[in-house]
Amino acid sequence: MVPLSYYLVLSGILFACGVTGFLIKRNIITIFMSIELMLNGVNLSFVAFAAHWHALAGQVFVFFVMVVAAAEAAVGLAIIIAVYRNRETLNVDRVNLLKL
Amino acid sequence: MSVIKSAVVLGVLLGAVAYTVWLERKVVGHIQNRWGPTRVGPFGLLQPIAVGLKLFVKEDLTPPYVYKPLYIAAPLIAIIFALTSISMVPFGNDVVVGGYTIPFQITDVNTGLLIILGITSIGVYGVALAGWSSNNKYSLLGGLRASAQMVSYEISLGLSVVGVLIMAGSFSLRTIVDSQAGLFWGFIPRWNIFTGQFVGFFCYLIAAYAETNRIPFDLPEAETELVAGYHTEYSSMKFAMFFMAEYANMITVGCLATLLFFGGWRGPIFGPGILQAIEPVFWFVAKVVVFLFIYIWVRGTLPRFRYDQLMAFGWKVLLPLSLANLIATAIAVAW
Amino acid sequence: MLSVHLVLFLVFGAVALAGAVNLLAQTHPINSALSLIAVMAALAGEYLLLGAEFVAAVQVIVYAGAIMVLFVFVIMLLNAGVEERTKGSRVAILFGIPGMLLGSLLVAWVLLRYSGTGEVAAGALPGAPKTIGPLLFHEFLLPFEITSILILIAIMGAVVLASKPPSSPVPPREGGF
Repeated sequence: MVPLSYYLVLSGILFACGVTGFLIKRNIITIFMSIELMLNGVNLSFVAFAAHWHALAGQVFVFFVMVVAAAEAAVGLAIIIAVYRNRETLNVDRVNLLKL
Repeated sequence: MSVIKSAVVLGVLLGAVAYTVWLERKVVGHIQNRWGPTRVGPFGLLQPIAVGLKLFVKEDLTPPYVYKPLYIAAPLIAIIFALTSISMVPFGNDVVVGGYTIPFQITDVNTGLLIILGITSIGVYGVALAGWSSNNKYSLLGGLRASAQMVSYEISLGLSVVGVLIMAGSFSLRTIVDSQAGLFWGFIPRWNIFTGQFVGFFCYLIAAYAETNRIPFDLPEAETELVAGYHTEYSSMKFAMFFMAEYANMITVGCLATLLFFGGWRGPIFGPGILQAIEPVFWFVAKVVVFLFIYIWVRGTLPRFRYDQLMAFGWKVLLPLSLANLIATAIAVAW
Repeated sequence: MLSVHLVLFLVFGAVALAGAVNLLAQTHPINSALSLIAVMAALAGEYLLLGAEFVAAVQVIVYAGAIMVLFVFVIMLLNAGVEERTKGSRVAILFGIPGMLLGSLLVAWVLLRYSGTGEVAAGALPGAPKTIGPLLFHEFLLPFEITSILILIAIMGAVVLASKPPSSPVPPREGGF
């Protein structure tokens, strides 16, 4: 028997790590992966609450979060490829001018 | 109890992998009008042991410019996941030994088929990381092509079995086999391939050839095109692990095909009591061997697809076909 | 007190946390990607502990087996190397990490203060495909269809964005034939 708050704390820590990665990392792909980490943390809290309140809707919502994450990853990575083709770099600090 | 079963199944599987290699070399040899291995033991039956010994004692060379952690991890990933997916596969009926009912399966999970699909998805990483960590143009290209091909055909693989799922009503492999019991008109068994899943079977077959990187879809490891694709830089034991992973995947696909489409371990049962317990396993193994023979037969006969033809076929032909099969099955069952 | 459920939760949780911290600590994106895959696998274990077997299988198939393959592909394709330290990264580390720690401490305090919400048993809500299916196709049909269209739009967008730009037409030769 694990208290619900343990699951929420784990979910919160994963989310916090995701936000930290988003702020401190300079490689655009790693920033995207931090976004995926945030989404995973949120998924965990959805499933934990679904188990707590005995509502299957929580588990169904996890599907929608995964679908949105997949769509966003696809488009985001395509944008990264396009940016790399033009600027030859993956470092966000170097993509800070509108014109080269 | 499951530990004993796991050890037995693992041992049998590794032996089966070795003898699938023998079967392939003999059959491809005969198709190409030559003998295949004949010298080592009668009919070359000890050849796999010689091959195993050779790969074991060969020098294990690690090139200096590879990315070592992934270089060593990639074949491990490939073989671990190839061997794990066999744990959901039921080989036969329950057998009652001295009062204990022992099912011929390591675990029967509710979502067994889904887990096997998941393990296949993770197996892609072995190939992709091997290609990248070798730090070599040919390996990288081979790895990228192989993983793109595997990911594309995974979808058709999953969709082609959904027809079977709709008809059986459960993800558990044992339930799917049990739903194929009975006979039509007294002598044709009610296997899924005869009750409407013909198209599904062919979609599954083609998608499985692409998933296991076999001819006609083996461009990623084609010897004349890409040196050896993603396992160019691997030698001895690590190469042996990739080799074993490929054949273990073939065997898993064969087992799944017999379970889903050919009635698993169902066949005519006759004889005394103790023989009756073993016979389902015998029918299962016989069907898997027929499937492997078809695999090897296709390998010896067909030429290789070009990469763009391969991807176009996967997305433009096989995926709509699997979807059409799914819709047709759903409509047929709903009536 | 120390039930199997708690031990398994702690094991999976430790793996997930180690993967998350490793994602931040590594400089090469491929190592971060592999740590993220480890996090996802650990979370699949956590979902199994909560009884959500279908969600766990889908997490492995879709998230760890397809989305992360996409990430690994792009890292391999673009030949991403070790990340360099630029000026912006120093500022971000200086303000980002303390800010994040503050925020997460606040959240943790709120959570633990109001943590009288009870316990969750192992396998509390069995989420078999048979039970999730009707829910997905009856009550949540509209979000289901809309997310299908969303994926279609994302596929078209990704194909257009990542394709090579059409090469400029060859200018006509000067001075006739």
